[in-house]
Amino acid sequence: MAEYSGVMVHAEAEEGKLAAIATELLGCGRRLADDLGEELSAVIVGSGVSNLAAEAFASGADKVYLVDDALLQDYQTDTHVPAVEKVVRQAMPRILLLGQTSIGRDLAPRLAFRLETTATMDCIELDIDPGSKRLRRTKPVYGGNARAVFTSELDPQIATVRTKAMTPLAPDTSRKGEVVNVAAGLDSSKVRTRVLEKVKQEVEGISLEAANVVISGGRGMGGAEGFKQLEELAKMLKGAMGASRPPCDNGWVPDVLQVGLTGKIVAPDLYIAVALSGSSQHMAGCSGCKNIVAINKDPEANIFREARFGVVGDWKKVLPAFSAKVKELLAG
Amino acid sequence: MNMIVCVKQVIDPEAPPSSFRVDEAGKKVVPPAGVPPVISPFDENAVEAALRIKDVQGGKITVISMGVNLLREVVKKPLSMGADELVLLEDEAFAGGDSWSNARALALAIKKIGVYDLIFCGRQAADWDEGQVGSGIAEMLGLPGVTLARKIDVSDGKARVEQVTADGYEVVEVSLPALITVSNELGEARYPTIKGIMAAKKIEPIVWKPADIGLEPEQAGAAGRKIILQKLYQPVHEGKCEIIEGESPEEAGAKLALKLREAKLL
Ligand SMILES: Cc1cc2nc3c(=O)[nH]c(=O)nc-3n(C[C@H](O)[C@H](O)[C@H](O)COP(=O)(O)OP(=O)(O)OC[C@H]3O[C@@H](n4cnc5c(N)ncnc54)[C@H](O)[C@@H]3O)c2cc1C
Repeated sequence: MAEYSGVMVHAEAEEGKLAAIATELLGCGRRLADDLGEELSAVIVGSGVSNLAAEAFASGADKVYLVDDALLQDYQTDTHVPAVEKVVRQAMPRILLLGQTSIGRDLAPRLAFRLETTATMDCIELDIDPGSKRLRRTKPVYGGNARAVFTSELDPQIATVRTKAMTPLAPDTSRKGEVVNVAAGLDSSKVRTRVLEKVKQEVEGISLEAANVVISGGRGMGGAEGFKQLEELAKMLKGAMGASRPPCDNGWVPDVLQVGLTGKIVAPDLYIAVALSGSSQHMAGCSGCKNIVAINKDPEANIFREARFGVVGDWKKVLPAFSAKVKELLAG
Repeated sequence: MNMIVCVKQVIDPEAPPSSFRVDEAGKKVVPPAGVPPVISPFDENAVEAALRIKDVQGGKITVISMGVNLLREVVKKPLSMGADELVLLEDEAFAGGDSWSNARALALAIKKIGVYDLIFCGRQAADWDEGQVGSGIAEMLGLPGVTLARKIDVSDGKARVEQVTADGYEVVEVSLPALITVSNELGEARYPTIKGIMAAKKIEPIVWKPADIGLEPEQAGAAGRKIILQKLYQPVHEGKCEIIEGESPEEAGAKLALKLREAKLL
């Protein structure tokens, strides 16, 4: 019987290119594959995705499995799980990495149960145990209050990885590799879901995940009105506005602005947190930032354990003066 | 419409982070003193999702909870919100499970209940934050599913589900029976009413042991795990915050801007 070998990355596409998370996974996968002395492959599933193979090679892959089929246009559990399952059964990777994205969150557990193996979700560190050669998967648990390290005796070892937790390689377009086309072999009568519509909640300006400066407001902002001031400040600093969960739940700002464990992961140079307490679940979304600045009226708020600079006070008084001074400094 | 909702009792995730303790040797979290456990918040959203369907077209909601030391006042909350029946998988043997053993036990309990159109789970439990059990149950029962739901409408044997995506949502139609995991974007769970609390008092939970659902002891809880927990620890906080002070809040705000300029952050 063939043996499991090598590392495979499920590489998601986004607007005709590899998604940022795919290159991050390839960077991490390359390191794990080199540690094992084995091959790194990528599996790309979709419709019209053949041109992405070159990008995967440039980002570190030795081999690319392509499953290109019109039925794979939109992500659906009933089409993508069988497609990836087929590639995994054929290629038998020892390790399979996916992104902790809406797709990875759906795909990884389904695959793990179907392949009778285990998955660990939302990992922030992955390495090979020097003794057992098994994958050590470190993930935040209890909303980020603790970390757990897991291993498993079962192959393939599946892990999803938090966005921005891994570093991509510098792209090397001279790298080439082998492309393996795999027929999806899907039976459309077995697809039990249908995507009827895709709705984008557009947000003006720089995207939260790409911004170098992020200004987030929390429950203490008290309403949509306060966020206008944060938006102005964000514009002035050429940054983006974010929020903790309560302002999203209350409809003060769109849901897509939520930063945290179950929202966006951001890693700006500067993160300004206004009237949010710094719950572990919120900090999970911005802990990659070295320069967190807090404005909060409660000196005991957890955010002051995480911040580099802080002001204890009412944001309604502190923020306008802060913004005015920022404006003056940027002008001068 | 027959609906089943899986809910988990967890340590209150909103307890202050400073009260959080890990027993590293035991690889366990020490429940903070004086903070009662709660239903995992996304599971409350899942109960709410079922109740909204019941509000419109009627139906029966059965809630399942699994674990040890299940506090009746905690696990009965969905009943006081308006659910009809409570099944407890309560036994030492169910303790210490992973996604595999938990999904297996819940799938067997759902099979025993037998009739269902929709099964709901929260998108992830607030303790291990895995988000795998819902998908595992669906795989074991051979069901289609939609994860991360923010709105659900049911008609003609199908559910139309708004599924949260990174930049908005997708509308997905799924045939029934199906398993749906629910996210907080669905909206807050309703508060129990006095009438609901009185009604819940009269409902006796049905308690099942592993043998009642045909679960072999070596597949239950800790014995049925497939993943090995090597280590559990608390990350260290090395940060120390420099508090910028001023005669007035306004002055402190202005000084903060100067400080950020000095640190080359502006
Ligand atoms: C499994 C799970 C996942 C979650 N995922 C996320 C997530 O992804 N993102 C997220 O953000 N949350 C998430 N949460 C929710 C999280 O636990 C907290 O409830 C939430 O982050 C709290 O938001 P907050 O800090 O804005 O509100 P609060 O904790 O209520 O804090 C409000 C703060 O505002 C301050 N304040 C009030 N008025 C003023 C004023 N006038 N001036 C200055 N300061 C003021 C107060 O002192 C307080 O510190 C999740 C929870 C669970 C259980």
